[in-house]
Amino acid sequence: MDSAFIPEGVKRCPFPQFLAGLGLAGVVLAWGIFAMLLCWLKGLNQTNMNDSYGFALWIWADLAVIALGGGAFFSGFLKYIVGKDELKNIINFAVLIGFICYSSALLILAIDIGQPLRGWFIFWHANVHSMLTEVAFCLSCYFGVLTIEYIPLILENRQIDKIPFFHNLSHNMHEVMAVFAATGAFLSFFHQGSLGGIAGVLFGRPFAYREGLLVWPWTFFLFTWSAAAYGPCFTIFLIKLLEKITGKKLVKDNVIDLLAKISGWMIFTYIFAKIIDTWYWAVVTVQSKGQTLMDFYDDNMFYGLWILVAEIVVGGIFPALILLTKKGRNSASLLWAAVILACLGVCINRWVMVLQVMAIPVLPFEDWALYYPSWQEIATTILPVAYGVILVMISYRYLPIFPQEKELNPIESH
Amino acid sequence: MFPFISFEWVWDIEHVVFMGGLWYAVSILGIGMAYCIIKAAIDKKEV
Repeated sequence: MDSAFIPEGVKRCPFPQFLAGLGLAGVVLAWGIFAMLLCWLKGLNQTNMNDSYGFALWIWADLAVIALGGGAFFSGFLKYIVGKDELKNIINFAVLIGFICYSSALLILAIDIGQPLRGWFIFWHANVHSMLTEVAFCLSCYFGVLTIEYIPLILENRQIDKIPFFHNLSHNMHEVMAVFAATGAFLSFFHQGSLGGIAGVLFGRPFAYREGLLVWPWTFFLFTWSAAAYGPCFTIFLIKLLEKITGKKLVKDNVIDLLAKISGWMIFTYIFAKIIDTWYWAVVTVQSKGQTLMDFYDDNMFYGLWILVAEIVVGGIFPALILLTKKGRNSASLLWAAVILACLGVCINRWVMVLQVMAIPVLPFEDWALYYPSWQEIATTILPVAYGVILVMISYRYLPIFPQEKELNPIESH
Repeated sequence: MFPFISFEWVWDIEHVVFMGGLWYAVSILGIGMAYCIIKAAIDKKEV
């Protein structure tokens, strides 16, 4: 039915099956949109945010998807700036995932600000002393970069490509893509960093506070570093998942191996820096504020010392060691374990830096403030996942996302 | 946001660096896209 739009030389599932898949994801999407409309029409009283939690599940989701979407800027940086040409076979998918992650982040922010009609205030009435303003600027501009990187892919659709203007436009955009990619890497460096910087400058909350370099606390650099390290793992995870779902090999092993190896080194160096940062914070920073490490960990179900171990050892050291070894990268099960643990590790890091910061008592008479999201918050957090599934489904079906797919899955002629 | 237009604009280092960075990035994206679109239109005419 839609075969004229499907890229040449590849096989796709029957159209009704595709529609059924879209419908399934569409139901979840509709549930999220319903919750989103409740938040917009009735207000933020639909959430369980309170005086202790001005930042909650949404901001964690925001920070997590931005870190996971870091695969786009880092892959772009490696391909266009460093010159790792093999990554051209993965960059389209990395851009798609980045586009989904960043548009999701902006959507969540549009819900979180409560009054989206005033969203433009952050540009018009910019507070030039705020790291959040910098985040908003860089996030919006980088989303522009990702859109520009995604457009040529759309233009390469079999039917659209037949129109000479769009064919030329796509060609021209590819020619200058290095300029856009470099701009994207620059913007990403700053907004990833500033997201960490926001926590690091909270001198009234010793759990988050860090010393640093000039105006940038160490969390600034750690956030950028972790996004570049863990983002590619999310890209690899989704490629492997898509390969499982479609039952096809979509990217050659040497490409995955290269990205996994780079990611492994990035995680290894990041986690080394993170351990030094944590150790210095525990023995110097915290003590200078008159507190001890165990003041920040409790025996409640959320924030025991286990969360620190889960973040650094399970979600950091383990995946780094697997990805650094050739044997680990070549073993399918170990590679799966590494990328899943890495994704969990960075999500735990963002959870800790957003929600544990809020939970810890800051005054002697306060108790731990635990927070449970409302169903509206959960639904609106799942909404971007459904939206992402739909966009991946459509893009995979109609756009040449994986340049090696045709070669790896030749169609037998009868 | 805009020098000379926005009443909140102040000529200090913070505004120049912050807003300058924004306009710099937006300009690169705008000029880059304008170049691609204009060149695509010219190429189409030549064909």
